[in-house]
Amino acid sequence: MEADKHFVVGIFDDEDVLLEGVKKVRAVGIRIHEVYSPFPVHGLDEALGYARTRLPIAAFLFGMTGTILALTMQFWMLGYDWPMIIGGKNFASLPPFIPVTFELTVLLSALGMVATFLIVSDMKPYKWPRQFDIRSTDDKHVMAVDLAENAGKSKEEIMRILRESGASEVNEKNFE
Amino acid sequence: MGHSHITVTEEKFEFTSAARKKILALLVAGVAILAAGIVIAMLGGGAHHEAGHAGIAGSEQLVASLDNPAATQGHDEGHHESPVWLKRLFTTLWMNNVYFVGLGIIGLFFVAIQYAAQAGWSAGIKRIPLAMAQWLPVAFVSTLVLWFITHHDIFHWTHSYLYDQNNPETYDEIIAGKAPFFFWPGESGGFPVFYILRMVVFFALWIWFFYAIRKNMLAEDQLGGTGFWYKNRSLSAWFLVFFAVSSSVAAWDWVMSIDTHWFSTMFGWYVFASWWVTGLALITLVVVHLKEAGYLKIVNANHLHDLGKFVFAFSIFWTYIWFGQFLLIWYAHIPEETVYFIERMRTSPYSWIFFANLILNFVLPFLLLMTRDAKRHMSMLKLVCPVVIIGHWFDFYNMVTPGVMKTQGGIGFIEIGTAFIFLAAFLWITLSSLSKMPLFGKNHPMLEESLHHHI
Repeated sequence: MEADKHFVVGIFDDEDVLLEGVKKVRAVGIRIHEVYSPFPVHGLDEALGYARTRLPIAAFLFGMTGTILALTMQFWMLGYDWPMIIGGKNFASLPPFIPVTFELTVLLSALGMVATFLIVSDMKPYKWPRQFDIRSTDDKHVMAVDLAENAGKSKEEIMRILRESGASEVNEKNFE
Repeated sequence: MGHSHITVTEEKFEFTSAARKKILALLVAGVAILAAGIVIAMLGGGAHHEAGHAGIAGSEQLVASLDNPAATQGHDEGHHESPVWLKRLFTTLWMNNVYFVGLGIIGLFFVAIQYAAQAGWSAGIKRIPLAMAQWLPVAFVSTLVLWFITHHDIFHWTHSYLYDQNNPETYDEIIAGKAPFFFWPGESGGFPVFYILRMVVFFALWIWFFYAIRKNMLAEDQLGGTGFWYKNRSLSAWFLVFFAVSSSVAAWDWVMSIDTHWFSTMFGWYVFASWWVTGLALITLVVVHLKEAGYLKIVNANHLHDLGKFVFAFSIFWTYIWFGQFLLIWYAHIPEETVYFIERMRTSPYSWIFFANLILNFVLPFLLLMTRDAKRHMSMLKLVCPVVIIGHWFDFYNMVTPGVMKTQGGIGFIEIGTAFIFLAAFLWITLSSLSKMPLFGKNHPMLEESLHHHI
């Protein structure tokens, strides 16, 4: 069986049933590929066993980059490259640089976080997302199980477990 | 999260005799330190200050030249100045008084914000800030009494010779121009009717709002329903409007008017920001200590996380206001404005406090509370909150002292002893108030929401 091609897809109507379902499915040793929901479900990350995001670390590093960039830029511009007398102050003095430094820190931190998030979430511009069930954008929660990741279990067994775990409907989905 | 069931058992804080003894020990220590400080200051105070003068002669001269001529040209007959140690005592009494008034009123402000914002997460911890506001009636008395005892030494504008146009030696045009703000409708230099009226009205209304909101909260414990919550929401909204004005004007009256010539349009915000973040740190610290003592089982890491975010965010907010005020004055470079910072940045002994302020109140809370884990762990909150509380004590010290003591100020036994006395009194009032009501409202309409708070 080819990896990443053949899936069993469980459809859940209710987020509480979904949360319990995720726990039951994982308890019998099935690996869940991903769960799609039309709105954020509290506690779903923990139920799926996802490690905590490391996005804050990226945010901090991007922020520090912004701080350093802003200070270097301003000290270089006003202290060395093109000194100007403004209000009789020293060419390069810290106080007026603080607002710009703050803004660039926030800007780079925010943009860097967005970029990191998009890349890590596989939402790169050239990447077309797979659609397991279009109703996950409306009112259904969709649980995708990759058959290749669960080689120890038959397709029929996985479908049965999903149905028993509260899925209102279980389908097969194959990608070319 | 989900439908997990949480059982809520009513809790009541017990103000144990062990806790009482600790606070009394703090009080006794404060009195002893203060007494020692006064004796030391009376015996040899001021002698070593003379040496310090030379090094900062330049800045002192600038300060003196910008100050009221009467202060430098010898003292008027009839006006007698207190000895240095007594001025120091008065200054620190007033400074601590303003600082703790802030903690009291911030208690009420926090409660009001929760009602006005219809916040659910805080339902379990609202009684702690409410108990802090119990300080307000005490503060009313202490503020009035202290003002009448200390005003001639602390508030330069109270001297009548400043307003005497027939005496050009002592007449101060700038202060005379501000006279109506203090003395209206009375005579300039007489009894400050308008000023005292504001003080009385602010405290009276703050205390009235406190008792009205408290009464509803306690009635809700007995009778339940959502009616009391709605009543408190509208009371809170009215209080917040009043507080917006009164906190700013109180900051001008009680702190900014010490440096009578100087003014800053950001000062109301500055004092509020300092009060607010100190209050948040104290609320957090009390919640953590109550939890460690086995109380507040309904409070979990998510509630601590929110409190930690408050302390983190408003430390940055304070820095923003601090810097905003500084940058405008630094850029404009108008002597009558910059003198305020010269007195604080370049004058001993305020200079190290000025920079320590930024480390204690910005750098440390910013770096230590940045991560999610830091805000959720009691050990980190127990480290950062005292830093913020002490840091903002220094902040108020530097707001009040330089304007009164000029180069004769200092931090020694007098200041530390007075702070201990105020802290002991404040803790006593707060904890005894807390012990007289249930630790949280079991009938609060949003208690269930608070139990399931998850971030």
